Amino acid sequence: MSAVVALSTLLDAQQVWRGRAMPAALERPAGEQPTGWAALDAVLPSGGWPEASLSEILLPLDGVGELQLVLPTLARLSRGTRPVMLVAPPYAPCVAGWRQHGVDMRRVEIVTAAAREVLWATEQCLRSGSCAAVLAWPQQADDRALRRLQVAADSGRALAFAFRDRRHLANASPAALRLELEATPRTQVWVRKCRGGAVPAQPVPLALAALH
Amino acid sequence: MLWACVLLPQLALDGVLRRRPTAGPLVLVAGAAQARSIVAVNAAAREAGLRVGQRLSAAQALLARFEALPYEPDAVDRWQQFLAAVAYRYSSEVSLLPHAIVLEVSRSMGLFGPWPRLESMLRSDFTALGFRHRISVAPTAHAAYVLAGVDDGQAVLTPEALGRALQHVPLHKSRLPTATAAALPGMGVRNLGQLLRMPRDGLRRRFGAELLLALDRLTGETPAGLDSFRPPDSFGLRVELSHEVENLAALVFPLRRMTADLAAYLAGRDGGVQRFLLRLEHRDSVTDMAVGLLTPERDAGMLFELARGRLEQVQLPAPVLALRLLARELPPFVPAGRDLFDERPANALPIEQLRERLRARLGDRAVHQLGSTTDPRPERAQRIAARDDGAQEPSPRPTWLLDRPIPLRGRGPRILAGPERLETGWWDGGEVCRDYYVVETAQGQRAWAFCAPGEQTGWMLQGWFA
Repeated sequence: MSAVVALSTLLDAQQVWRGRAMPAALERPAGEQPTGWAALDAVLPSGGWPEASLSEILLPLDGVGELQLVLPTLARLSRGTRPVMLVAPPYAPCVAGWRQHGVDMRRVEIVTAAAREVLWATEQCLRSGSCAAVLAWPQQADDRALRRLQVAADSGRALAFAFRDRRHLANASPAALRLELEATPRTQVWVRKCRGGAVPAQPVPLALAALH
Repeated sequence: MLWACVLLPQLALDGVLRRRPTAGPLVLVAGAAQARSIVAVNAAAREAGLRVGQRLSAAQALLARFEALPYEPDAVDRWQQFLAAVAYRYSSEVSLLPHAIVLEVSRSMGLFGPWPRLESMLRSDFTALGFRHRISVAPTAHAAYVLAGVDDGQAVLTPEALGRALQHVPLHKSRLPTATAAALPGMGVRNLGQLLRMPRDGLRRRFGAELLLALDRLTGETPAGLDSFRPPDSFGLRVELSHEVENLAALVFPLRRMTADLAAYLAGRDGGVQRFLLRLEHRDSVTDMAVGLLTPERDAGMLFELARGRLEQVQLPAPVLALRLLARELPPFVPAGRDLFDERPANALPIEQLRERLRARLGDRAVHQLGSTTDPRPERAQRIAARDDGAQEPSPRPTWLLDRPIPLRGRGPRILAGPERLETGWWDGGEVCRDYYVVETAQGQRAWAFCAPGEQTGWMLQGWFA
């Protein structure tokens, strides 16, 4: 009996995982931070965003659905007590558009910062522990800078999202989760790295909101 | 009534030492230029044989190198006022005596706990500010003042014990008028106990009513008759630097002291500060830095961090000679409430403090929220700090909005939805007449773009459905 208990604790602690067969074979509990995209939640080892960690989202261009990937999460978090911080977004968030996705804009704070202050501001927000999620668009971020963000996210128990260009995919990253967004021929997400699980071989299609 | 007395034996010296800490011998001198004499010495100078009252020339003969600074009576008054404001935190009845502060504590003990605890709070406050002190407590203000001069830490809590405590106080420490204290030993009177037993009529005939009044105040027969101290409604502090400072890093130490003083003062009057001015004085100009906060605050560490954040962005036009901190508006301080079932981590920085920290480094307008207006024109549909009314827009709206429309490059985009015509603003000069479409570019981006009514060329990009 004791051997069975030991194995399940190992699996729970995510020190051992069962490779590719696991998602289908095991009925997993819902993650603490679901992404709001059922197909994506199903392939991620934590059943959603890795908690209190940095997630990196790599994109080919602006405007390919990168916000829609996180907006269900932001909508959920904006109903909580801790605000969501946007550090130096590349464009102004459109209030009407975000509201259509269910985000309460009163819980969204926008921080304008010069390029060299972005990482400092992001780290401060993450470390403070009073933000639910921090979204950043760092221009110059190396391995060390991202590691600092990862540590800050952990100490502040916040979700960190870094949106970066696809060319950074070649470089190693300390992020707990790396997603690559593809726009053509259809919108889909590649999981490039996920801590505590095997990287799925297939991309996850993203059905963006119908527009009429 | 129970009075605590905080005696400040080295007020002038401590005031100097806290802005220029030194281990070497240092003395304060006063008097005419030819006959300057020492009025205060620090520990190192005392070890070298320098004494209060010595002529400066005699001191120079004893010790080759020591620092001699002028004694400034104004500075002493200022420090005493400042410390009285700090002590005001513990009592609403604070008065000033020469080199001492007395405060009525019988009612304060209900709030702060019994005397030993209150005493240790007072001591830690004064120690943190860098002032040496002796503290005593007695049923009358003047008795506490006398006892603090005799020995540190005397606590006389009842009127009966006061009589016994005063018995053995030698006359030269009794703080009676000097002429009286000098004449009495000649009559065989050496301590207060003997003096208090003498017939009053005889004393009045010999020394006048003044002595009897002083004795009555000591024993509590007559009210103390002290002016009650009221803390001023603004805070000002100036620190002269010991040399010309060209490097901002050298200003950090005095700045930390100044903000700590401000915080101590604010705690004393239970107020906060929302706006203060930091002035760097140069030889013939000044540099002003206004530090503004969103809500009144009084935490020393936070005030220091904010002031330093502002200071780091300053370009010094000339060397700095002195620093001044001015706070005119001191609104009431309301501590932030916290929820028992707070989901934040235990060591979380409150969101207000995070905002202040970001604003201090990134600028006053760095942190904001967006809200929608009732204007349908995308350029005016949202505003910083507008009230968010939560009204739903029926037509699709993008998630990113460009500040101003730019031409959409590339080949003709594929139309996904539209048109939605916006025709408005003829009354305020910002007239628009546009057909909005949701389009997809060849790279797979989804854009919110418009063109002139009826045409489907000349696309202008307004936002992204990111």
